[in-house]
Amino acid sequence: MRANTWAGRNKVEVRDVPDPKILNDRDAIVRITSTAICGSDLHLLDGYVPTMQDGDIMGHEFMGEVIEVGQGVDPGRLRVGDRVVVPFPIACGACGACAAELYSCCENSNPNAGIAEKMFGHPVAGIFGYSHLTGGFAGGQAQYARVPFADVGPLKIESDLTDEQVLFLSDILPTGYMGAEMCDIQSTDVVAVWGAGPVGQFAMDSARVLGAAKVIAIDKEPYRLQMAERAGHTPVNFEEVDVRSRLLELTGGRGPDKCIDAVGMEASHGSAHIHAYDRVKQAVRSETERPHALRQAILSCRSGGIVSVIGVYGGFLDKFPAGAWMNRALTLRTGQCHVQRYMNPLLQRIERGEIDPTRVITHTLPLDQAERGFEIFKNKQDHCEKVVLKP
Amino acid sequence: MELTATTTIRKPPPKVYAFWRDLGNLPTFMAHLEEIRTTGDRTSHWSATAPFGKNVEWDAEIVDEAPGETIAWRSTGKADVPNAGTVRFVPAPDGVSTEVHVVLSYDIPGGAIGKAVARYFGEEPHQQLDDDLRRLKQVMETGQVVRSDGAPWGKRARKEFPQRPAQPLSDSELAKGADA
Repeated sequence: MRANTWAGRNKVEVRDVPDPKILNDRDAIVRITSTAICGSDLHLLDGYVPTMQDGDIMGHEFMGEVIEVGQGVDPGRLRVGDRVVVPFPIACGACGACAAELYSCCENSNPNAGIAEKMFGHPVAGIFGYSHLTGGFAGGQAQYARVPFADVGPLKIESDLTDEQVLFLSDILPTGYMGAEMCDIQSTDVVAVWGAGPVGQFAMDSARVLGAAKVIAIDKEPYRLQMAERAGHTPVNFEEVDVRSRLLELTGGRGPDKCIDAVGMEASHGSAHIHAYDRVKQAVRSETERPHALRQAILSCRSGGIVSVIGVYGGFLDKFPAGAWMNRALTLRTGQCHVQRYMNPLLQRIERGEIDPTRVITHTLPLDQAERGFEIFKNKQDHCEKVVLKP
Repeated sequence: MELTATTTIRKPPPKVYAFWRDLGNLPTFMAHLEEIRTTGDRTSHWSATAPFGKNVEWDAEIVDEAPGETIAWRSTGKADVPNAGTVRFVPAPDGVSTEVHVVLSYDIPGGAIGKAVARYFGEEPHQQLDDDLRRLKQVMETGQVVRSDGAPWGKRARKEFPQRPAQPLSDSELAKGADA
């Protein structure tokens, strides 16, 4: 089959690889009909996530048709011919974490748990196409994928919704939604979202659906801010204005009640010397993150507010504003999304027309042009927001 | 050398105890074990894989057991590496799970065997037992040792760093792995 593979730092390559086979009894093989490039794939591309190897198949947002199931898959749950969206964290459904619906912390799905444990203190779930730290699972930017614990994760789509309407249930829509949900949104809340990429856009939509009074989008790309504005959110361009002052203006001096970091480890920053500090530390690997968005979210949030982090971090960061966090009674909440928890309720919101996930799609390319997709997405060329790939 | 490790398994103590007490199950999750053959009510014959050298085998006996709670064993006769182990199954505070506490001790001899054993355990002797218990948990909770494309060989994963790339195995790789 054809698959998009990691070929070293800043290089992906579509190659011929063997077709996937059943390795565990509860596996299924899915013929992929649509897949996408995620912002977090760029952290892999840029070489900031350790344990990537040449030839690793990338991609953790995919859907398709079940063409084979292992002998341990309950036919009541999944059969050949089912149309499914596959959640990016692989979860067994049987461990303590899964019982607590903390699917992205599944205790059994990562065969390389020993390495993850050294990095993170405790292991994390397996993730498709997301380094060997999260299991070394082949990803979904391919014609076919092997899906472990297929009787737990995949969501069956039985209505006539298009791929584009449901594909993002695999990651970015639930991730954005969880970012908003962790904010315990009240009807009086102003919610500020750092990052107007696809996850940020869905965090904004989710904050509105959950009843926020006002939602603010912070980014530097005019086209991304315009996309947020068209969806009814208030844009703030951090290259044009001082973010803290503008946020104070927009909130009568209080600061946003809830702040969402949808940026993560590779933020850009208006302040050149702080940016330079982090660039240098990150380049020599003495700091793995450039956490500008997180620092600014903590400093901007009103006292007693919640800072919710869904942007991806991988290691260690410097100059964490612990004083602001502690003295102003802030709550910091975070997590890789527990996608399985949100798929069904969000599918219902899509069916009811409350959220339109297709609004972020700007490019649809054949899988063989994955390399170009990565390039325009990374460099924000051609007003690229979200790339869908068709195998 | 003494190794300790612990894990929590979401199954009740009698179930986890019964799985362990059926000693033939141990090689499904313990990396160094090839086979355990039961030879009597409390006696068994153990064989270990290549890192200990070819055909390392020994007899063992259960020296203490309390159903659902604990099992203790030790090697008997002239084992190349005299060893003993204890496992305790303790109800976890959640009321459904079992804390498994394992202590293994090895009487490492001098000479070539001692060197081979030391090399096998490497700089982090605890890692292997931790990984063994992780696989026990996988088997008890999900039915099998979990495999990925990068780490497809279950309990032999430890020897596979750097791993093969995260892409499907070819037919020949799959065939080779099945009997290796």
